[in-house]
Amino acid sequence: MDGTNSLRNGPDEAGNFGQFGGRFVAETLMPLILDLEAHYRAAKLDPEFKAELSDLSINYAGRPSPLYYAKRITEQLGGAKVWFKREELNHTGSHKINNCLGQILLAKRMGKTRVIAETGAGQHGVATATVCAKFDLPCTIFMGATDVERQMPNVLRMKMLGAEVRPVTAGAGTLKDAMNEALRDWVTNVDTTYYLIGTAAGPHPYPEMVRDFQSVIGTELKEQFHKAEGKLPDAVVACVGGGSNAIGTFHAFLDDASVAIYGAEAGGHGIDVENGHAASMTGGRPGVLHGNRTYLLQDKDGQILEGHSISAGLDYPGVGPEHSFLHDTKRVTYAPITDNEALEAFQLCTKLEGIIPALESAHGLALLMKVAKTMGKDQSIVLCLSGRGDKDVESVGKYLGLLK
Amino acid sequence: MSTRIATRFAALKAQNRPALVAYVMAGDPDQATGQAILDMLPQAGADIIELGMPFSDPMADGVSVQRAGQRALAAGQTLRGVLAMVEDFRRKDTTTPIVLMGYYNPIYSMGVDAFLTAAVQAGVDGLIVVDLPPEEDDELCLPAMAVGINFIRLATPTTDDQRLPVVLNNTSGFVYYVSMNGVTGAAIKSRGAVGDAVARIKGHTDLPIVVGFGIKTADDAADIGRHADGIAVGSVLVDTVGNSLLDGKPTDKTVGALRDLVADLAAGVKRARA
Repeated sequence: MDGTNSLRNGPDEAGNFGQFGGRFVAETLMPLILDLEAHYRAAKLDPEFKAELSDLSINYAGRPSPLYYAKRITEQLGGAKVWFKREELNHTGSHKINNCLGQILLAKRMGKTRVIAETGAGQHGVATATVCAKFDLPCTIFMGATDVERQMPNVLRMKMLGAEVRPVTAGAGTLKDAMNEALRDWVTNVDTTYYLIGTAAGPHPYPEMVRDFQSVIGTELKEQFHKAEGKLPDAVVACVGGGSNAIGTFHAFLDDASVAIYGAEAGGHGIDVENGHAASMTGGRPGVLHGNRTYLLQDKDGQILEGHSISAGLDYPGVGPEHSFLHDTKRVTYAPITDNEALEAFQLCTKLEGIIPALESAHGLALLMKVAKTMGKDQSIVLCLSGRGDKDVESVGKYLGLLK
Repeated sequence: MSTRIATRFAALKAQNRPALVAYVMAGDPDQATGQAILDMLPQAGADIIELGMPFSDPMADGVSVQRAGQRALAAGQTLRGVLAMVEDFRRKDTTTPIVLMGYYNPIYSMGVDAFLTAAVQAGVDGLIVVDLPPEEDDELCLPAMAVGINFIRLATPTTDDQRLPVVLNNTSGFVYYVSMNGVTGAAIKSRGAVGDAVARIKGHTDLPIVVGFGIKTADDAADIGRHADGIAVGSVLVDTVGNSLLDGKPTDKTVGALRDLVADLAAGVKRARA
C-alpha cells in the first residue's frame, strides 16, 4: 500500500492490526478461513472479478452514491458546512450492499451452494437476501428475537426475497446471539456454506475484506468532495457498531492528517449505566470474541455483556479490530451518543432535510452536530448517512408517542 | 517428566481398553453440587475428567452445554471458582487427570500468566481452548507447555493431511478428534468414517486419540472405543444434570443420576475390545 508509516497497511499476515484482530476460531473453521483468504487474494488481482463487481455496483446498487450539501442543518448548527454521503440511497437502503456484492461473488468462486448471515437491524440481512435472490443461492439469516420484533419491516423484506429468517432466543436475542448461532451453523455445514459476515469484524480475513469492499464509500467521497470544494473535508463522521460503514468511510482518509475522523458509538442510556450502552471502546476493554481480539463489553471475569442500544444495528458488545487499533493510536476519536441524542438527530434530519435516517446513522449525525458547532463556517464535515430509516419508523413512533 | 495424562493412558493400554473421558460443567448447577459431581466421577468410572469453564458465548457448543454453562454462570461461577474446584478435588485425588475445556476470553481477561500459575498450583493437567487454533499458539499453547500443562488440540473432519501436521505440532497429552463438523451434542453421522479418521491421524502421531462429539450411550462408547484410545462424553452428562433439577435447584437424585450414567458408559468402554 502507501508506505511504511501509513495507517492503511493493516492487517499483517496473521490478520493483526497492532494487537487487535487475529483468527480465534474453532479448528473446524480454520481450513475454510485459510481457503477464503486465498480466494480473496486471487480475486483481488483478477480483472474479471473487479469488472463484475464494478458493473454490479453501478447498475445494480446504484453507485456512486451522491454527496449532498445539507443546507438547512448547516444553517441550524451555525458552524461547519454539513454534507451527507448518501449511502442510504443504495439499492436495499444502506451501505451493506457494497459488501454483499463483493462476498457473493467470492462465494460463487468458491463453489459454495448455501449462504448464511447474521443481522442486527436487518439491513445486512436484507442485502444478503437480495444478492442471494439475484445469484440464486439459498440463504438463512440469523437474527436475534428482540431484533425480529423491533425491525419487522426488514424481516418481511428478507422473507419476500426468499430467505429463511431464524430468530435467535439465546441471551438477549440481539446481534451477538445471532452471530453465535450463525457460527454454530457454519461449523455444522462448513462444506457447503459461505458465511457472509456483515461487518468489518470476525476472524481474518473478514475485517480486511469487508473494509476493502466498503472502502468505495471514502474513495468516492474524497473525489466528490474535491470536485465540489477543491480540497479535502476537514472532518468525517460515521456511526460504529461493528463498524463497516465507518471503516469504509475512514480508510481513504487515514493518512490525511488534516482530516479529523469521528466515530459515534452507541451510548444507550448513558456510558455510566452498567450494561446500559453498547460503546465497546469508550466503555469496554480488549478481549477475544467471534474470531478476533478487540474492545469488548465484558464483566470482570471476562463474560461478555449484552449491552444496550435503541438501534439494533449498533447493539453489539464488540467492534471491528481496525477500529480498536485506530482508537488506541488516537487517529480516530470515538465518542458515545445516547439513545435520546440519536432520536433528536433522527427528527432534526427528517424535518430539516426531508431525509429519514436509520437510527444507526442518526448516532453519527448526533455526533456531527456536536462537532460541527465547534468548527468554522469555512470548514466542512461529512457524515456517512449509512442507511435509511424506513425500518425504524414504527419503533421511533412508539418512542415519540405517535403509536400506542 | 511423566504427566498424569501419560500415566493414565499407559495404564489403560496395559488393560487393553479405551479411556472414558467425562465432561461436566464446573459449578453446574451450583458450586457445592458441582464439586460433589466432580469428586464422584473417578469412582463412577471416569478415567479422565474434562471440566468445562463456563462462557457467556459458547460458539462451538450445542444447547446442552450452552444451558449447563448458563446454569453455572447464574449460580455465580467464575474462572477462579473453576480453579478452586480443581484444587479441592486434588486434595482427594492425585491421579485422575483434569483437563479444563472452554473459550479463551475468561483466561485472557484473568491474564495468561496469572491463570497458568493458578492452574499449575490447582493441579490442572491439560487445556482445551476451542477458539485457539495453531495460528494463535503464542497466546496460550506455548506458555502452557512451558509450565508443563498439556495443550490438547481438536482435529476435525475438515483437518486434511496437509493441515494435520500443523494441528499436531505443539499438541500434547492427547489429540481430541471431533467426530463430525458440528457443535457439541449433535448426532454422529458415520461410525465407519470415525475409525478411518482415527487410523489416518495415527499415521501422523504417537499421541493417544480420543474421539468425542455425538457419543451418548454405552453401546456408542463400546463401538467408537474399539477404534480409539478414548471416548469423550459430554452433552448427555450435562443433560442428565439438567433433567434432575427441580425449579433449577439440585435434588437428591442429581449426583446419583450422573453416577449411574457414568458407570454405564464405563461398562461400555470396558467391553469395547472384549
